[in-house]
Amino acid sequence: MTDQALLQFQDTRISYFIRAGEANVIPGLNFTLGHNEALGLVGESGCGKSTVALAIMSYLGRAGRVTGGRILFEGRDLAAMSEDELRRIRGKRIAMVYQDPMSSLNPVMTVGRQLMEVPLLHDAIGEDEARRRALHMLDEVKLPDPDAMMERYPHQLSGGQQQRIVIAMALIAGPALLVMDEPTTGLDVTVEAAVLDLVRELRQRHRSAILFISHNLGTVAHVCDRIGVMYGGELVEQGPIRQVFADPRHPYTRGLLDCLPTLGRDKRSSRLTPIPGQVGSPLSRPVGCGFANRCAHAESPRCTAQAIPSVALKAAPEHRAMCVRAEELPPFRRTVTAADAPTLEGKIESAVGVDRLKMFYRRSHGIFGGAGDVVRAVNDVELVAAKGRTLAIVGESGCGKSSLAKVLAGLETATDGDVTLGGRSVGHTAIENRPADLKRKLQMVFQNPDSTLNPSHTVGYAIGRALARLKGVTGTAARQQVERLLEIVKLPAAFANHHPHQLSGGQKQRVAIARALAGDADVIVADEPVSALDVSVQASIINLLNELQTERGATLIFISHDLAVVRYLADQVAVMYLGRIVEAGPVDAVFRPPFHPYTEALLSAVPQPDPDASHARIVLEGSPPAPTEEIVGCPFASRCPRKVGPICDASPPPEQMQASGHRIACHIPVADLARLNAVGVPAV
Amino acid sequence: MERYLLKNLAYLIGTMAAVSFIVFALTEATPGDVARKILGAYATDEQVSHLRKEMRLDRPLVERYVEYVGKLATGDLGYSNRFKVPVQDIVWDRLANTALLAAVAFVIIVPLSMLLGMLAGMREGSKLDRSILLIGTILASVPEFAMGVFLASIFVVWLGWLPGTATLVAGGSWSLASQMVLPVTVIVLFDMGYVICMIRASMVETMQRPFVRTAVLKGMAFRQVILGHALRNAMMNPVTVILLQITYLVTGVVVVETLFAYPGYGRMMLEAALFKDIALLEIGVLIAVVVAVGTQILGDLGYRMLDPRIRL
Repeated sequence: MTDQALLQFQDTRISYFIRAGEANVIPGLNFTLGHNEALGLVGESGCGKSTVALAIMSYLGRAGRVTGGRILFEGRDLAAMSEDELRRIRGKRIAMVYQDPMSSLNPVMTVGRQLMEVPLLHDAIGEDEARRRALHMLDEVKLPDPDAMMERYPHQLSGGQQQRIVIAMALIAGPALLVMDEPTTGLDVTVEAAVLDLVRELRQRHRSAILFISHNLGTVAHVCDRIGVMYGGELVEQGPIRQVFADPRHPYTRGLLDCLPTLGRDKRSSRLTPIPGQVGSPLSRPVGCGFANRCAHAESPRCTAQAIPSVALKAAPEHRAMCVRAEELPPFRRTVTAADAPTLEGKIESAVGVDRLKMFYRRSHGIFGGAGDVVRAVNDVELVAAKGRTLAIVGESGCGKSSLAKVLAGLETATDGDVTLGGRSVGHTAIENRPADLKRKLQMVFQNPDSTLNPSHTVGYAIGRALARLKGVTGTAARQQVERLLEIVKLPAAFANHHPHQLSGGQKQRVAIARALAGDADVIVADEPVSALDVSVQASIINLLNELQTERGATLIFISHDLAVVRYLADQVAVMYLGRIVEAGPVDAVFRPPFHPYTEALLSAVPQPDPDASHARIVLEGSPPAPTEEIVGCPFASRCPRKVGPICDASPPPEQMQASGHRIACHIPVADLARLNAVGVPAV
Repeated sequence: MERYLLKNLAYLIGTMAAVSFIVFALTEATPGDVARKILGAYATDEQVSHLRKEMRLDRPLVERYVEYVGKLATGDLGYSNRFKVPVQDIVWDRLANTALLAAVAFVIIVPLSMLLGMLAGMREGSKLDRSILLIGTILASVPEFAMGVFLASIFVVWLGWLPGTATLVAGGSWSLASQMVLPVTVIVLFDMGYVICMIRASMVETMQRPFVRTAVLKGMAFRQVILGHALRNAMMNPVTVILLQITYLVTGVVVVETLFAYPGYGRMMLEAALFKDIALLEIGVLIAVVVAVGTQILGDLGYRMLDPRIRL
């Protein structure tokens, strides 16, 4: 390290003062970030990552305060600076990139103006020079046609483009430190991959240090040299990224890696191991190790009697862990437990059939507006969900996967084609017109459990109501069944009297699942049910879904954008693009060549939690065509890196069927597609 | 844009037709006889029925309505039975008086409540915020007549600084300007409390949005953040509310006009309604519709100017 570190946290203690008292979110944090270094901070929500970022910017809000220690930036304490001093540093020396680019940009100001503001503010330059710099930055973040881009408003850009603007805005003044708080969360996987590549590239050119905050170990592995794992406001493990991934010494780090589905795992090879329990409240901290109550390796009293120091490992002094047993834990190996999922053998019986389904709707122009353009949300989809199995539908946002789910559930009706449920046609019957037994048969679980549970009803009432409506069960019988359902989703019976706000995100999702099970549903359609959850909670919900399927033989239609989760959970996979299925088949076949070129690009974009995973990324240019466009040929032709020629635009691709039931809609012969490299499938 | 204007024009005409017919029908359907009203309690039944024939009130409703609309189209607004003059001789004067009152009040209300609402909302929970919010809430909750009586008892009865009535008759001991002071003050105070609260709420919400954080963390001073980023966003929602005040100021100030004997549109409408003066009432209602739809269009245009995401 040179003369001095760029950023240094020295026993920094941060609290929020709320009605319930002092919430000590960061009890005493120590870490150093050197010039040009990239440090990744990972951990589940509520562990203090964002507080660290906002403390660096001295933007903790009225309730938050640094109550001890120092935050040194270039040798000066940020926590002790005046507003004026801070203003000279913010945006100029330290810049920030935020999670949600759309809301981080002013909606009523052109992006060019927002970019120019930064140099106008910090450097004594005129409009022309500021404009020149802004144009240069737009070029650097690889936005097409910078001149036109300057005049755009944020809502006219895609999510990926917005994030590029925010990155350009952060780098335009040449900051020494770039703080990135979940910069790719919420972006589609191919967009995320392109943004991460850009960050890597700009990092080399601009020589800014980066503090990269993420809950996703894969993205951190892609960008950072060092990693810090946060738990309960403490940095429980830190070190060079390869070292930490290869030999994690803190049980929490191991737990995080263990509960992560990756492209190399599936439900038949190993079970996910969620971390038991929940993060403790910052209002009351234990004396000893904060993780002890969730740790499989905890030993009383040495783990719980006194505060645990962060100690450098003897073999690798750069690698530190906050665990008394760090040196004595056995070498890390992915926990492999016996798989309990059924194999795919046996006769396949159709539970849900989707027959040439089309769902179009008109985008209206308001009253008197007349007919708008036709949006082809689902366009000629043919699928079968096998009884007792999991069918996953993957694709990026806007591909029509949620519209498909809505038709299945009867929230929308088919424009053409049909859906059959246990052999009965339901595609044209809205949910309110479906007979009771069909309603019971198919239930839905949504992404955000917060908005699907009524906050003023108790859990017991919510489930009881589903019982009454679907099965006509009331009174004592209903109470018993509520208890039984809660038991199935592994929640204590006392939760029946709780309100949703008393539950964590994972618990709410369990309640939503219990409610879906109330009518003994045969088919559960789950639309991104784990996307909003932390990895360890996600693991336990995935396990729960798996168990429900094994025990009850339920059919699961699982809609997700997360390929690792799909790889793990699914038996059959359908890849959707622009309302059509481009590839479908058994999970093993879809995740291995021959690929559809789109599947190949999707897989190559998945960030791997492995710093050594080096495979060529396939970056997709442009954005998908508007769903209102009528496409004659292949829907993917406009972005396909393997486009054959005019035939791709001119005629629809043939559906190439193989013996395993694996089908690919592409003009390239399957024999050629089979020669593509297997991407993103490392050994377990 | 053309589509938007055409749509609203159609909307305006449709509303005017519907409203005028409803008013026409309503005055007919309610008990009491127009002819009796005109002639007074001491006229004989014979006289009344004679007048009914003369006014041709015995024909079907629709027929008379069509005839009425036909007359309107030629510019004949009808005859006011209450004021015993042609409608056009009274309605424009009254409207002009109220427009004067409304314009003066509006010019005071908008900048003042924008300033106070913004100052309150930019730092939620500060002393300034709480004081402004308290005053705003009090002003908005005191009824107009109570405020009017209260102010009049201080400035008219006790101090004797201002006239108690605003009849707009020049040549008395009070100038026209001094007659306007009390009615304007009552309207401004009453209406401003509400507008301040609206703008404050919008400002508070805007200050919590992430792009304000972005602006602060760019290194901008608080003042620059407010003026450069927060203000325009914070004015988007209130602009509709502010323009709705025009409708209130023109058609809803009947209490203040009555209180100060102000010869305005609101009082005229009240009298016309009580007297079943259909011709006057119809015109008054149509004017109200034009004002309401017009401000709505203005509001949409203002909203569009502030927000580039809106296309009309």
